[in-house]
Amino acid sequence: MKPPAFEYLRPTSLIEAAGMLEAAGEGAQILAGGQSLLPTLSLRLSSPSLLIDINRVVDSTPLEHCDGVVRCGTRVRHVDLERSTMVKERVPLLALAMPHVAHPAIRNRGTPCGSIALADPAAEIPACALALNADIVLQNSAGRRSVPADEYFVGLYETARLPTEVVAELRFPAAQSCDRFGFVELARRRGDFAIVGIAAAAQLEGNDIRSLRLVIFGCEPKPRVSAAVQAMAQGRELRELPIEQIADAVAAELDPMENAQGDAGAKRQQAYAMAKRVMAQLTACAA
Amino acid sequence: MSEASTASFEVAFVVNGSAVIEQVAPRTTLVDFLRQRLGLTGSHVGCEHGFCGACHVRVDGRVLRGCLLLAVQAEGTDVQTIEGLSASGEITDLQEAFVRRNAMQCGFCTPGMLMIAAELLARCDVPSREAIRDALSGNYCRCTGYQSIVDAIEEVARARYGVAA
Repeated sequence: MKPPAFEYLRPTSLIEAAGMLEAAGEGAQILAGGQSLLPTLSLRLSSPSLLIDINRVVDSTPLEHCDGVVRCGTRVRHVDLERSTMVKERVPLLALAMPHVAHPAIRNRGTPCGSIALADPAAEIPACALALNADIVLQNSAGRRSVPADEYFVGLYETARLPTEVVAELRFPAAQSCDRFGFVELARRRGDFAIVGIAAAAQLEGNDIRSLRLVIFGCEPKPRVSAAVQAMAQGRELRELPIEQIADAVAAELDPMENAQGDAGAKRQQAYAMAKRVMAQLTACAA
Repeated sequence: MSEASTASFEVAFVVNGSAVIEQVAPRTTLVDFLRQRLGLTGSHVGCEHGFCGACHVRVDGRVLRGCLLLAVQAEGTDVQTIEGLSASGEITDLQEAFVRRNAMQCGFCTPGMLMIAAELLARCDVPSREAIRDALSGNYCRCTGYQSIVDAIEEVARARYGVAA
């Protein structure tokens, strides 16, 4: 189908966009890459009265590394992350995840900030942001605030972002040389929505694990940091971690949504298999 | 509100080298505009939801879903459709390989396939079959002719850049 009719505005700055959002009230939506929003219009799942197109704002932060933080503004596309050697070096987890983010033509237009704003439970960028506890910078008509990913994801498509706020920037902590990362995803075909995926970030001190964050996504209303794995891993060596027990803990912790892709039992089993794979990735690169 | 929402905008952009200035309603997608207003029917409308890839067009050098970009958003851009790529000779070798390899049956998906194949091969190396399949992952061929499509793209890559690594 075709999108229903809507009004269209094209602000030149994020603060102007936030002002428009506030003035318009309910029914207005920010149009970033549009690769999730426009399908919902054509499917008539949503019918915003106003789209505020932020693709021409002049104050979008370019993709850049500065003082241990990689910043990603609203106009940065998925493909920019995918092709960036800086991202590969500084935020290797994102580089691992990018091939799983939709398809090439979608990556050419879709944006990481938009993905964070939507917070689809099966999306890769939110999972990576949570694994790294990235900061999410929100803009309203008066100014900006920053929310850590740990506090940002609230529920199904529900976040700490207020209706009057625009996701203005993502701030990923740059990796230390001894950090290790892994990313696995189960999908029906490359680029499809994840049935179950895991983004993993391990911070090491010498051989000891300072922190191990396994973020399971795709099967629950929001991405989850496995508390059980965090507790099991603390202070141990990566290579001596009992992978079977970790995979068991991941599966036991989940409360999967049942849908056409499977029942809760199947998804726990899939998460178990994904956990083993991602732990193998982590330990292989630590060897 | 509903009156304002159908108000049209003037958009100016370049399509296959020619300047275009037209009035469009915000809800009009780029691919509908190209087909219905400019008669460029080489870009196909399949699913209209971004799943099938039949509507691929190149905007400022990047291949995009023509159904997931509004025509008003094309303001100031340089758009190339399959007609433009075909006329310029840029994809002649790909088109010939598609014919030679029978890489099409009904042909509905072919323009979108050629668009994304051209982008893949613009990286100037010989991709693995796995990489070709990844690049095509966003394009449906409902005749399921994928094998010969991969064959054709691989053949052109080898002809252009040498044998696979």
